[in-house]
Parts: sequence; C-alpha cells; structure tokens
Amino acid sequence: MNQTKMTIRDLNLWYGDFQALHGMDLEIPENEVTAFIGPSGCGKSTFIKTLNRMNDLVQGCRIEGNVQLDGENIYSHRYDVNNLRKRVGMVFQQPNPFPKSIYDNIAYGPRTHGIRDKQQLDQIVEESLKKAAIWDEVKDHLDRNALSISGGQQQRICIARALAIQPEVLLMDEPTSALDPISTAKIEELVTQLKEDYTIVMVTHNMQQASRVSDKTAFFLNGYIVEHGDTRKIFTNPEHEQTENYISGRFG
Amino acid sequence: MARKYEGFMKGVFFLSAIVSIVALILIIVFMFAGGVPFMLEYGLGDFLLGQKWTPSNTPASFGILPMILGSIFVTIGAVVIGVPIGVLTSIFMAEFCPPKLYKWLKPAVNLMAAIPSVVYGFFALQLIVPIMRNFVGGTGMNMLTAMILLGIMILPTVIGLSESALRAVPRSYYNGGVALGSTHERTVMAVLVPAAKSGIISSVILGIGRAIGETMAVVLIAGNQPIMPRGLTFGVRTLTTNIVLEMAYAAGEHREALIATAVVLFAFILIINSIFLYVKNKEAK
Repeated sequence: MNQTKMTIRDLNLWYGDFQALHGMDLEIPENEVTAFIGPSGCGKSTFIKTLNRMNDLVQGCRIEGNVQLDGENIYSHRYDVNNLRKRVGMVFQQPNPFPKSIYDNIAYGPRTHGIRDKQQLDQIVEESLKKAAIWDEVKDHLDRNALSISGGQQQRICIARALAIQPEVLLMDEPTSALDPISTAKIEELVTQLKEDYTIVMVTHNMQQASRVSDKTAFFLNGYIVEHGDTRKIFTNPEHEQTENYISGRFG
Repeated sequence: MARKYEGFMKGVFFLSAIVSIVALILIIVFMFAGGVPFMLEYGLGDFLLGQKWTPSNTPASFGILPMILGSIFVTIGAVVIGVPIGVLTSIFMAEFCPPKLYKWLKPAVNLMAAIPSVVYGFFALQLIVPIMRNFVGGTGMNMLTAMILLGIMILPTVIGLSESALRAVPRSYYNGGVALGSTHERTVMAVLVPAAKSGIISSVILGIGRAIGETMAVVLIAGNQPIMPRGLTFGVRTLTTNIVLEMAYAAGEHREALIATAVVLFAFILIINSIFLYVKNKEAK
C-alpha cells in the first residue's frame, strides 16, 4: 500500500447556483494511477480541475471543503497557486501545444520557473521528451512548430511539457479521447511507465482504458462519488448496483 | 415566380458588388490619366527625387522628395509613439481590464475612431502646439507635433485590431500556460501575445496606412513648409497636405503635379496593403 499523496475531504463545488460536486471524499495514493469514470456531466472533469485549482479560472465557481497535497490544504489562502500547479501538472483533453517550436514548448515551464542556462534546458528538453516516449520521433526537428505534428504526437509533447517542470502529480483529463487507437495505446503504455515516478490521476470515458491502466478507480454519478477502490474490485465485484450497471454498459 | 425573384436578387447583389469595384477602377484611371503623363514629361527621377517644390517660379520645379520623406518620417514617428501604447492598451483590455472599466474603455476607444480628423487637428492646435512652442520654441508646428498627433490617431486602429487578435487566441493555450504554474502575466506575455503576433502586426500595418493617408489633422499643425525635413522641431509637409494646400488654386502643370503626388501616395498605400494581405495570408496558413 502506497502513501497517500492527495486527500480530498467533503468537497462541494458550485457553478453559480448549480451544485456540481457533492461531499467528495477521496484519497489519491502516491505512484499509482487513479482513474475517474462515469457518464458525461457526472463531475469527473470538474473534480480533476479542483486538484490543481484550474477551477479558479471559471467565473462563478465556488468551492467548499478541503483538498490536501502532502497534508497541506491547497485552498488555504496562503497557498501559492502557481507553486501548486508546478507540483500538480495537467494534460488536457484536446492536445494544446503552444504555437511555438517543440523545443520552446518543453522549455516553457522550466524557463517560467527560472532556468535560463541553455545546456540545462537542452538536457531537460531531451529528458522530458524521452520520458514522454516521443524523443525518437522529434529529436531531429525540435525547431519545428509543435502544431505541425500529428495529434497523438502533440499530446505526448503536452505530456513532456508537463513533465519538464518535474511535477509530483500528473492530472490527465481524458488525454486520449481526441486520438486514434494507435496513439491511444502509446499513451496508455506511457502512463503505466510514468507511475514509477509520478502520481497519476486520469479522467476517462473509456472503461477498458480504466481497467487496463489504473490501480484505483472512482465511479462518479451526478456529482457524487458512488464508489471507489481497487480497480480490479470495482470492475469485477462492485458494491453498488449503479456501478455495476455502468460498467456492464447498461447506461452511460 | 420564386426563381425569377431569385434571379432578380442575384442581379441586385451583383450590381452592388460591381459598384465598389467600378469606383476603384475609376479612381485609378482618373489618377493615372491625370498624373502619369506629367511624371513622364517632367521626368520620373526629377519628380520623385527632386528636392525643390517651387510651383510658382519660372521655370517651376516639382520635386516631391521633401514630401515623400515628410510622409515617411511622420509615419515612422507615429508608429514609434502609437504602436507601443496601442499594443499595450490592447493587452490590458483583453486580459487585465476589470469588466467595470472595460464597459467604459471599449466604447471610448471606438469613439476615438469616429472623431473627424479635423477635430483631432484642432485638439492638437489647442494643446500640443502651445506645449511645443514652450518647450522647443518656434511656432510649435513641427514634425514632432505631427508625430504625436498621428500616434494618437492610429491608436483606435491598433487597439481594436490587436485586441481582437488577442481574443481570437484559443483559450486552451492560456490554460496550458497557467497549468504549468506560469503566472497570468507571464502566460499573457509569453504565450498569448506571440500567438496573436500576426494579428498585431496587421494592426500596425493598417495603422501605418491611416497615418500616411491622414490629411486634415496634419495640415493644421505640421507647419507645411515644402522643404527637405531638417529635424523633429522643424516644420514638415507630407504628400497629402501638399495636395490639399495647393489644389484649390493650382492649374495646368501645377495641377497635374499634384495629381501625380496623389499617384505616389496611392502607390504607398498599395504597398502597405499588399504587406497587410501578405501577413494576413500567412496567418491564415
């Protein structure tokens, strides 16, 4: 049993008058993959965004409760949100590389956090691209615009970009839903490797994906976490009828 | 019946489209017919590079180099003054402005674009010229005055287009930036502004077009001496003001020389617009 990296306690979230999340309780263990599954609109994307406070950017969004990273409440007003996002990286549903060269995409984070030395940047760029399993495909044209490569490659560039600032947690919001099966397989394989070094939280629509790559699974429905636990247990012997119905494909 | 109506409407649309093109062609034909024969007769080199503009002398000299340089210098000055202010304002409006202030700022900028240029000229005559007179002496009507005024006059063009260019940048770039722990300020400056670069450059080019074509405001405050520009604190005459100052009484060769001046101005605008289109196309790609 790994240590707990993030702890969520009684988290409620509103968009204006609409309550999107109700009393969320969850532990996210270190160096494991935690998957969030559930039908569209169940709150899993909203929930993952509370873990690096990307919901701060949404107007009218209000949060109550407690999210802890290594025991510290990230919603405490003393907490530095930029430092939080350095420690908790994010990969989005749609690949969103900057319209810059591949090199500058990866170097953006390290430069942001004060690394100016060219040699050191070169090294970080190479390491990050290797970790994201895309180095061999792009090493000869790092000066190419990142928008000129395929969607699957772009998504791995985004993963490399997130890894370049050495986060502790990596949030992935449906990272493969915009990709073809081959790119999807590559990213899934990558995720299983990355958990050696990182704690990974992943939202997915694809239940096979959740069962293939994750260690823990949380099932969301209508803004509640219905059930969470070991992935194997959730998929073979769920406690709740709703979980079973969803997993067996009866709705969602 | 419906088909007949459709055919009729098609004709209406077609005619409307034709009107503007015909107008453009007529302008070009009229200008070139009036100006080009003179240029050839007088000598293109003597006309464009001649440093003397003395239409009332015998024999008269029609060299428009002073005005060409005047237009170029004044425009460069306007860009140096107006573009940084305009671009920074657009960044402020798109990314930093509190909504309450924006509600007032945006219409104010739009209003700036709607103010007749002669009013700008009056404003400069009342405010900038006296200040100039105090600080640098002379009449206060000089190249610097014109630069400052034109710098202000291109602001709405630069601000409006740069702001829309910034707003057109996909929000996902912004999210990608802040998700890396980059501050709002850094994300805006290092991700959004470069992504909007070609739109911002387009706004600058259109601003240049506005500055070089401006007439009524400049004629009030630039001094208008038809001599080679000598410095920021000396009077200057531009291509546009050269035409408007003398057209009323010009006749014969003098009149043709003014039309030829308009041809040169037209060539400038053509070049600027071509650059604009080029940049726009590159952006679309």
